[in-house]
Amino acid sequence: MTPQLAIFFVLAALAVLGALNLIIQRHPIHSALSLIVVMIALAGLYLLMGSEFVAAVQIIVYGGAIMVLFVFVIMLLNAGVEERTNVSKLAGVAGIPLAVALLGFLAAAIARSNESAQAGVEAGTLANTKEISTMLFKDFVYPFELTSFLILVAILGAIVLAQREKS
Amino acid sequence: MISFLNANATIIIYLVKIALLLFIVLTVNAYLTWFERKVVAHMQSRWGPHRVGPHGLLQPLADGAKFLLKEDPTPAGVDKFTYFLAPLMALALALTSIAIIPFGPEPLHILGRDITLGIADLNIGILALFAITALSVYGVALAGWSSNSKYPLLGGLRSSAQMVSYELSLTMSVVGVLLLAGSFNLRDIINAQAHHPERGIFGWNVWPQILGFFCFFVAAVAETNRVPFDLPEAESELVAGFHTEYASFKFAMFFIAEYTSMITVSCLCTIMFFGGWLSPFPASWTFTHYLPSVILLPFGLWVIWDGIRYETIFGRLVLPGIGTVLTVIGIALAVPQLQFVNEFVQGPFWLLGKIFVFLFVYVWMRGTLPRFRYDQLMSFGWKLLLPVSIANVVITAFAILMWGAR
Amino acid sequence: MVPTSYYLILSAVLFGLGVVAFVFKRNVITIFMSIELMLNAVNLAFVAFSQARHQSDGQVFVLFVIVVAAAEAAVGLGIIILMARNRQSLNVERVDFLKL
Repeated sequence: MTPQLAIFFVLAALAVLGALNLIIQRHPIHSALSLIVVMIALAGLYLLMGSEFVAAVQIIVYGGAIMVLFVFVIMLLNAGVEERTNVSKLAGVAGIPLAVALLGFLAAAIARSNESAQAGVEAGTLANTKEISTMLFKDFVYPFELTSFLILVAILGAIVLAQREKS
Repeated sequence: MISFLNANATIIIYLVKIALLLFIVLTVNAYLTWFERKVVAHMQSRWGPHRVGPHGLLQPLADGAKFLLKEDPTPAGVDKFTYFLAPLMALALALTSIAIIPFGPEPLHILGRDITLGIADLNIGILALFAITALSVYGVALAGWSSNSKYPLLGGLRSSAQMVSYELSLTMSVVGVLLLAGSFNLRDIINAQAHHPERGIFGWNVWPQILGFFCFFVAAVAETNRVPFDLPEAESELVAGFHTEYASFKFAMFFIAEYTSMITVSCLCTIMFFGGWLSPFPASWTFTHYLPSVILLPFGLWVIWDGIRYETIFGRLVLPGIGTVLTVIGIALAVPQLQFVNEFVQGPFWLLGKIFVFLFVYVWMRGTLPRFRYDQLMSFGWKLLLPVSIANVVITAFAILMWGAR
Repeated sequence: MVPTSYYLILSAVLFGLGVVAFVFKRNVITIFMSIELMLNAVNLAFVAFSQARHQSDGQVFVLFVIVVAAAEAAVGLGIIILMARNRQSLNVERVDFLKL
């Protein structure tokens, strides 16, 4: 058990437990906190793989901006605990084993696939940021400019949607 | 036992470094509160704490004891998990950001091992610091919300909205420095300013990036919720903002988190804009290497002289003792046999000196400036600071294109 | 050295948990968060493949996915705020008629 494998299992367990907690918790703020834990665990996994820039961007943008937005909206709307509704028992009894079986088949298929999926993931040799930025500004410059336009549209949309009606 | 230490040497060195740095940071925090109270008091023509220990030097210990021993009530109706998580998160994130800062250029050579000054030398140093700043919004927002009371909720929402808004200008104003240095690594940023050692103070980043420096400093003061941006936690406005419902130890955690982020911001300002551990004098002026001794010796003698005539007996014992220690260190750094120690001390001396200057500027602003109203604060952040920092990026990029980075 | 398939299995598990959360939860904000979880699972798969092949395309695509997720979260939460204002409830089972 190399140290990297041990760290992988710890972070993977953290991510899965966070995702399970998102489902189990009844108050949306606790689900949001669990999702933040998942994102930080994933950032750790990216760091383990050697993509430090993506890890930092994941924490800054996802964990520090998008989830803050979620937390703000939950606070502003005063979202309370979820009510119990009548989910059919059959769905629980039959659904969960089926879902587990589906996941098991998927995992087995991935694990048994061709050798390239068995190759280890090691840390990259070139500086990760330099590589990504070269590619972003040379090959992908058009999508990059488009995403800036997309963000502008999203800002305008969010402002228009959340305005108070002029009454 | 020795072989056990030798085998796990790297981990043990890390643990010792972490423990030492934590101890030092917490002590500096405590004495920063003393320093702030003294300086603000003297600016207001009064003495600060001067009864607890000579010149009030034991006041932080008294405050610490108070925080530990006071009753810690939990208000009714709070969301227990979030209420306990918020100060923990704020403190943990603030203390983590100290781990990334490098404290000296040369490693310490002890027992055949090289120990670098600084815990983690990350290739994405600045980016990791921004990540920690981005996450620290949660401490404030969750504290305000979980307190189940209207003043903390309003204070928490306002404070976190302010932090999120000024985060943008903070990150944008640093891009100019990154363009000049070509790397996120903090040591590389300092080394890029050491490119022309004969320029001394004029080689620092603050001259080409003066706009960026002002944007960064203002945004950082707003991020740490200090005067003049401390409306969300000012006493006359919102009781105490997001930490109203927090009592002794949890309040102390927020307090320590705030002062630690002040220290981190001062460290970042010196590293990115003021040359970090570089001396302001040109490298050829080697006589300036005696400056630590020149400062410590008279200061130690003055402490002795002041201590001998102090009012209380305890002061008359302790202060001359401290003074003699400082004098001895000052003399020791000047003797020729210990010059290698003096050379080693140069880097951290300048770094700590500049950090001290920035902390003084923080405290000075606290004693002098009135605070912004909330809408003035938000419009300043979005309408003035963000366009100026973006303009700084454009101008810097253009200048580098025309004249090269160095 | 961690085999790529481990990362892919983790990504599949997270995606599946996102789908379960999407189907079974009734609070619209939690449903939205499960969408973000699914996007994160996909990001993990992208980065794993990108590092296995030593190319950076996957990681650039991850940046685009993060940006699009941010834009979508902003607009989606705006719509949720409107929904909460008009129907005074965040329960998706109450939003089943177009008419208020």
